[in-house]
Amino acid sequence: MISVLVDILSWTSFIVGGFFLFVGSLGMVRLVDFWARLHAASIIDSAGVGLILLGMMLQGGVSLVTAKLALIVLFLFITGPTASHAVANAAFMSGSRPHDMVEDVTATVPPKPNKGKPNKGKPKKAKAASSAKSSNTAKASKTIRKKT
Amino acid sequence: MMRAIVQILGLFALWLIMSGVYQPLIIIFGAISSILCVWIISRLGLVDDTAILQRFRLFAGLRYLFWLTVEIGKADWAVSKVILAKVMPKQQRLIGVAARQKSDIAKVVFANSITITPGTVTVETESDHLIVHALTDDAADMAGLEDMGARVCALEHPEKREAS
Repeated sequence: MISVLVDILSWTSFIVGGFFLFVGSLGMVRLVDFWARLHAASIIDSAGVGLILLGMMLQGGVSLVTAKLALIVLFLFITGPTASHAVANAAFMSGSRPHDMVEDVTATVPPKPNKGKPNKGKPKKAKAASSAKSSNTAKASKTIRKKT
Repeated sequence: MMRAIVQILGLFALWLIMSGVYQPLIIIFGAISSILCVWIISRLGLVDDTAILQRFRLFAGLRYLFWLTVEIGKADWAVSKVILAKVMPKQQRLIGVAARQKSDIAKVVFANSITITPGTVTVETESDHLIVHALTDDAADMAGLEDMGARVCALEHPEKREAS
């Protein structure tokens, strides 16, 4: 009786998860531009993968496999959004903006000096900045050493 | 020192769960590698900054996770409707959301919660606010985002907020 119930629950989550995976892939093709497609990928990340792994966990029962699957869900829920953010931030930094925006808080902010292109004009400055940064971090690590 | 021991135990527990082979040799390998990892981390000076459990209230965190799961479910359905609609939306926005969390790790939790909710993606993080891209009018729900931020703020220990 209970096994039938578990089967029904897990198959439901497989089917619903598959539906979300399908909708997410469709969205990757259908939506208008890069920024909108990012949200379709985010559906796959959360609902699709989450529900399918939930179904697998129900099939696994109380076992080591379920613990491993739970860890996979945990790590995916941390790394998935981080990866999406990295992609979105790279696009933002290189000057890409959504297609037809109705509101933009960044419109009034002056554009950043390095707009995604490698700034050939002033390599020296960049080098100086990076070396200053590294010396800063070196100092910071030294102070941490002292504390410990 | 105490924190390093806790980290070694945590890594060793992860090893035991992931390996599933409980022979003395393998277990000893796991112990050695987790000690080695923590030694390397401490030489990098990173042990101090990762006190997540001391900075967060655990049970409040679990409740937040449950609430977030429900929110993700709702947002999934909303974005699915947008994808399956006949007319594509033309309401994209870049909005600024205030991030009032004190510690860096709480800001990371807030930004990641926004990103994992379909319909909104954190694009850029400034010191006191996040720039968020929203797909539709419904997703750009300012009150909802502020509510999420307040919930993440409530996760932090009140006495630790001034310290960090």
